[in-house]
Amino acid sequence: MGKDSNGSTVAAPDFSNWSCPLPLAGYPTIVMGHGGGGKLGNELVEHLFVPAFRNAALENLGDAAVLDLPAGRIAMSTDSFVVQPLFFPGGSIGELAVNGTVNDLAVSGAIPRFLSASFILEEGLPMAKLAAIVDAMAKAAAAAGVHIVTGDTKVVERGHGDGIYINTAGIGELRPGIAVGPRNARAGDAILVSGTVGDHGMAIISVREGLEFESQIVSDCAALNGLIADVLAVAGLAVHAMRDPTRGGLASTLNEIAQASGVGIVIDEASLPVRPQVQSACELLGFDPVYVANEGKVVFFVAPEAAEQVLTALRAHPLGREAARIGTVTAEHPRLLVARTAMGSNRVIPLQIGEQLPRIC
Amino acid sequence: MKYLTEFRNGEIAQRMAREIHQVATRPWKIMEVCGGQTHSIIKNGIDQMLPAGIEMIHGPGCPVCVTPLELIDKALAIAAQPGVIFCSFGDMLRVPGTDCDLFQIKSKGGDVRVVYSPLDAVELAVKNPDRQVVFFGVGFETTAPANAMSVHLAKRRGLKNFSLLVSHVLVPPAIEAILSAPGHRIDGFLLAGHVCSVMGYWEYPPLAERFKVPLVVTGFEPLDLLDGIRRAVIQLESGRHEVENAYERIVTFEGNKPAQKLLAEVFEVCDRAWRGIGVIPQSGWRLSEAYREYDAEQRFQISGIRTVESALCRSGDVLRGLIKPAECPAFGKECTPRHPLGATMVSTEGACAAYFNYGRFISAEELAGAGSGLTGASNG
Repeated sequence: MGKDSNGSTVAAPDFSNWSCPLPLAGYPTIVMGHGGGGKLGNELVEHLFVPAFRNAALENLGDAAVLDLPAGRIAMSTDSFVVQPLFFPGGSIGELAVNGTVNDLAVSGAIPRFLSASFILEEGLPMAKLAAIVDAMAKAAAAAGVHIVTGDTKVVERGHGDGIYINTAGIGELRPGIAVGPRNARAGDAILVSGTVGDHGMAIISVREGLEFESQIVSDCAALNGLIADVLAVAGLAVHAMRDPTRGGLASTLNEIAQASGVGIVIDEASLPVRPQVQSACELLGFDPVYVANEGKVVFFVAPEAAEQVLTALRAHPLGREAARIGTVTAEHPRLLVARTAMGSNRVIPLQIGEQLPRIC
Repeated sequence: MKYLTEFRNGEIAQRMAREIHQVATRPWKIMEVCGGQTHSIIKNGIDQMLPAGIEMIHGPGCPVCVTPLELIDKALAIAAQPGVIFCSFGDMLRVPGTDCDLFQIKSKGGDVRVVYSPLDAVELAVKNPDRQVVFFGVGFETTAPANAMSVHLAKRRGLKNFSLLVSHVLVPPAIEAILSAPGHRIDGFLLAGHVCSVMGYWEYPPLAERFKVPLVVTGFEPLDLLDGIRRAVIQLESGRHEVENAYERIVTFEGNKPAQKLLAEVFEVCDRAWRGIGVIPQSGWRLSEAYREYDAEQRFQISGIRTVESALCRSGDVLRGLIKPAECPAFGKECTPRHPLGATMVSTEGACAAYFNYGRFISAEELAGAGSGLTGASNG
């Protein structure tokens, strides 16, 4: 049991799931010293990060990780994570930080290999929370088959951060011959999405705003490299473009690709996979699920003759069971995303200006 | 999904559209009063399914759009004060005042919060006894009961740190003003279903009689709207002018009696300025004498507000149904959702934003040239 600043007894953090907690247990919360480069910081590395992320490159504890990579091109990406709340149905900032960078590499056609992880911790963050987040990162990295090989920790004063911010960067090997990119969509391409849209954004909003929905909405946070590998294995060069529709949702991704490739996109609204509870929550708040964030979905632009094959491969993967063909690339109305409504009419779906705002009535 | 998918069935919609084509022999102009209906009509392309002669005119029923600029400036001034927690529904945050919007006040340190119910703001007042909690209570009759309940509860709980910045507006006086204006173009109305769910439709028969217009209580889903339009056209074609209820699953003639009783206790009718339209007599609600101490305008005494409206913006003409958004010279040029000149471009329920967001800024010729059939749905 430790003491807080008032001298009263506080419960020790729950390290029951942790492998080597004891030397950290004297500090139930993060203090400025954990970022100071001294003993406290070393203890975090030695007893938290290294045991969790354990791999040869990391255990050298040098100023830089030294990596063996095959000859050829590599892809590199980075992303920062500032989500609130830190834990939400279906995941935490830890899974997001690993899967986000893994997915950015995977949709570039690369096989993700190594990640870095930088933590900006707020003074007072419970050690148990940090341990749970690090544990989530370790499990996500293992599931995605990547190693976290280098990292950094800084601590900011209480009130200067939201508990924890994480930055990850990653590198992956580019598959030879694969040329996927937002500029490569072609007229005639079939557009497929790997599953339901809007799950992550609505899961976050439902806990952040304290909305009490009857059924829980769970984030779709997941690493997509396995699913993408399966698709590339069957369709290879027939995959022209792919992207994970995160912030801004499916609509933003499709608009970006329409603009980058100079093509038009038509989607069939009725074919969009949306969970009933996500649709209901969106109706309540006046949101459109096409603008809501996803963290475990990917959109494929594939040659029409390969569409069925890709759909079959997607549905055979646990993350792609609800995959659907949602639209087509057209040479008409270049740079515009158009939805065919259930009424049989057409509407343009533009890029959003900012985030969607709950409406008055 | 219960009560949603059933009312979005494309086949039934095409069938109803065909029926409207069969009964319509003359051109008619029908105004949907509510911004939510405007949004749904444009989003689903309902107007494209109608015969060429049936024109939907978009009415003044977007609460964000008709809130006077002066009140928005007052909201900004109150929200910027230290010690204030300013609560609002989300879509008011981006509405520009003369100098800035609530997002900018928040970025400068103002405590501006989005809430989903005014009762959440009352809870904030209970939890923060050393702060003044203000709720921005705008809207039509639809949002009024919850706003009334918030001050009712605040009074019952003896809260001294809760107040309501209130600008409620009422549908019947707005319809009367539109129909009394010389040169108005409206043959019939779709009444706002959610307003009628609270108020019933007992207020409307005198309007139908006096102005000889059909008024149809209408919902918001595609089939609701087509049914409302169909009934209005049938009345017009047969020379009738009655109040009719096409939203029976929600609306009764009497409406929500307990809500109406609370509204009568908490609010009193007053003259109200409508942004872009001007003052309409007896067209709004303010807090009644018994609740006046909860009026944020009284509590904060903001003065020296000087509002400047854009000289280019014609949102007033849009709100009165005199022009369509794309007919405003600034539409899609100086005025976009990114840089709105008027509230009709800001609110998701504003007619200008609906036109812009669903791509009605592209001229019919451009679309026809693209060969995509974007301008007209097949009517079967």
